[in-house]
Amino acid sequence: MTSRLRSAASVAASVPITLFGLVLVTFLIGRVMPIDPVIAIVGDHAAPDVIAETRAELGLDEPLPMQFVIYVGKLLQGDLGRSVMTSHTVAHDIGQFFPATIELATVAIIIAMLIGVPLGVLAAVRQGSFTDRAIRVFCLAGHSVPIFLLAMLSLLIFYAKLGWAPGTGRIDVAFDGLIDPVTGFLTVDALIAGDWDAFRDAVAHLVQPAGVLAYFSMAYIARMTRAFMLDALAGEYVITARAKGLSSARVIWRHAFGNIAVRLITVLTLTYASLLEGAVVTETVFSWPGLGQYLTVSLLNADMNAVLGATLVVGMIYLALNLMADMLYRLLDPRVA
Amino acid sequence: MISRRALVATATATAALPVASWHAAAATPKGVLVIVKQIDDIVSFDPAQSFEFTNGEINANCYHRLVRPDPKDANKVAPDLATSWDVSKDGLEITFHLQEKAKFATGKTVTAEDAAFSLQRAVILNKTPAFIITQLGFNKENVEKLIRATTPNTLVLTLPQPWATSFVLYCLSATVGSIVEKAVVMAHDEKGDLGNAWMQTRTAGSGAYQLTSWQASDRVICDVNPHSSVEVFNKRVVMRHVPDPSAQMLMLEKQDTDVARDLTPELLRKARANKDFTVTSAGLGRVIYIAMNMATPEFQKPAVRQAIKWALDYDGIATNITPDTHVVCQSFLPAGLPGAVPGKPFKRDVAKAKALLAEAGFANGFEMTLDHFNQPPYNDIAQALQANLKDIGIKVTLLPGESRQVITKTRARTHQLALLAWGTDYFDPNSNTQAFLANPDDSDASKLKILAWRSHFVDAELTAMVEQAAKELDTAKRMAMYESMQRAAQERAPFAFMLQPIASAVMGKGVSGFVVGAVADFTKYSAVKKA
Repeated sequence: MTSRLRSAASVAASVPITLFGLVLVTFLIGRVMPIDPVIAIVGDHAAPDVIAETRAELGLDEPLPMQFVIYVGKLLQGDLGRSVMTSHTVAHDIGQFFPATIELATVAIIIAMLIGVPLGVLAAVRQGSFTDRAIRVFCLAGHSVPIFLLAMLSLLIFYAKLGWAPGTGRIDVAFDGLIDPVTGFLTVDALIAGDWDAFRDAVAHLVQPAGVLAYFSMAYIARMTRAFMLDALAGEYVITARAKGLSSARVIWRHAFGNIAVRLITVLTLTYASLLEGAVVTETVFSWPGLGQYLTVSLLNADMNAVLGATLVVGMIYLALNLMADMLYRLLDPRVA
Repeated sequence: MISRRALVATATATAALPVASWHAAAATPKGVLVIVKQIDDIVSFDPAQSFEFTNGEINANCYHRLVRPDPKDANKVAPDLATSWDVSKDGLEITFHLQEKAKFATGKTVTAEDAAFSLQRAVILNKTPAFIITQLGFNKENVEKLIRATTPNTLVLTLPQPWATSFVLYCLSATVGSIVEKAVVMAHDEKGDLGNAWMQTRTAGSGAYQLTSWQASDRVICDVNPHSSVEVFNKRVVMRHVPDPSAQMLMLEKQDTDVARDLTPELLRKARANKDFTVTSAGLGRVIYIAMNMATPEFQKPAVRQAIKWALDYDGIATNITPDTHVVCQSFLPAGLPGAVPGKPFKRDVAKAKALLAEAGFANGFEMTLDHFNQPPYNDIAQALQANLKDIGIKVTLLPGESRQVITKTRARTHQLALLAWGTDYFDPNSNTQAFLANPDDSDASKLKILAWRSHFVDAELTAMVEQAAKELDTAKRMAMYESMQRAAQERAPFAFMLQPIASAVMGKGVSGFVVGAVADFTKYSAVKKA
């Protein structure tokens, strides 16, 4: 118990240090970029007095260390500042953009996991067979074809040619502005509003971009699962289990799969984290207003409050998922203290 | 335990659910105009702050101004909220007579008090576009005295110093001259910000439409102003952020949008070949040019500047690199702006360019760097320029950079050659003329740090002429002065003007009436019809 408490305390202490480092590095990168953030805000045509006023308003006329102290001071009070690109507070923007990303990433990782893990297991069990080769080719395509191409092909086939899926965006124009954003998750908000047509439409819009992301992630998950399973199936305890006359399913799922679960959690966690930080290309092709797009546009416009706020959120997500993975290790593997 | 068959059935049903539920929309909803466009340039809808293209266009549909640029004749301004105006003999006082039927979205009639407040507010807030009005001599101290409502329908504007009436009117026709509803704006005043924070995401105007919602990088929804007297064919306008041009084209083909705005040259060609689509195009009030920093000794010699202008393959670049998206433009006033001089005095003449270089003492050429935006079409244009200049002996090293990075560098005056773009701030020739030619003080303390200053171009004669032209009351004489300055700039300014971007919009099946123009004002959503 004492060691667990010590471990928890050590993790708790590392979180603020990691976040502080993240903010410091992002802040410095933002300030050393050869772009005048004031010009990025007021535009190239602004008069010198407007530029000077804006510089003072933003505190950019202060020395760099003082700017950082002021920023961290506000951050500690929960103030992420205001985005100059959207005229909203960064907290408001993250509240608007991040749910779109979470919704997309969560559906994508679920699809990827439900398909990728069984495929990986199947490929490992039938190593060297036609099935194995087919799965490996399928996965190789998912992992090596550029995602923008997958996205465009998907739109071209399922939207333009077959008409099975709706086009870009989160919802059809007929429902635009009709669903009050309560949680930010459009599917959930449509359900809260009791609008089933809007719900179905939101789900339909979600499937295609989530499917593209899922294919990309699934390819990685399946390959890793296959590799882990091959390793596990070669283990002596598996041979022993087979010698004991256990059924093939029991050997595969109970003995072999049970032992790769911990490593698989790391793969799934990191894949989910990378999806949550924003799939910029997919979001761009599908006009999905997510965090990746927000971060990219903010970075290109030197909107540093937005960049810092979004980076902080992404960093916290990574930390949270790592913590979650740690806890799951302990749950699944009794050898982990 | 779930059986394999049940599992497969459930999985299939789950996968099919969204597909089956999707209703194949045959067209956009009736009464709703859907436009797809890259709209992440929107920063603020407050007309006193708004200075970007997309929100400029939306504001033009949500607000009246005293006057508007006339889309039919670039050399005229047309009435808008003001039906007529009288100018005193000395040109110092302009009296505007306002129409009585204009109503805000709240139903309240627009008054001269609202108009005076709107202009005063822009000056007091002093945001980016404020200079368009403050350059006339208005400031926080004098504006309430000099811009005033004398009757509910009469606005008197007294100029602190004499300016050409056409110049003043063109300045008032800019977005910053939009008329806001004083009562609504002041009801949302926070700590003396004159409602600026509230207005950044809302409109309070008397145009045909009003802003209903804006989700950054997602969509803008405008609904009709129920009290507007303008005939409107679509009660709602939805502008969706679709950054990918191919996705825009697919939506047009599937009739999920009525208008697509950002198609690439290849997609525009495809759209033109489709008889269901209508393509509308117009030259924008922008110009792409090369700036030669005169801090570089080579560019201090007029013959070198001329050599570069004669070395460029203008037509080749326009035809091969930017077909359908840019046309050749060799003046700082692109076609469509008042005072623009047509014609192409320069064409690629390698022998002449080499002779000019030799005359300047650089028969063996020299080496130079060229900063440019690292995005299409600038990358390709820069490479073409590199090849063109190599032919006359100038070895150019390309320095691609993010656009703001390049602008930051040119503002710091540390570039040698730079491939840049400049858009007019307001619909008057003074905007670009002043930017490219006026440099009364070349020191770092200068109050006018625009394009001439950034390239150390000091020409006292042209600097004085810029001010004279802005004050010339005779419009014909004034325009003649701009023509003369354009010729002089072609001769001696350190700028090689090359291209004018073309804006295009593609209307889907059964859609008509969508117009694009040199400035965002010319696009009127109310005029768009759907079959």
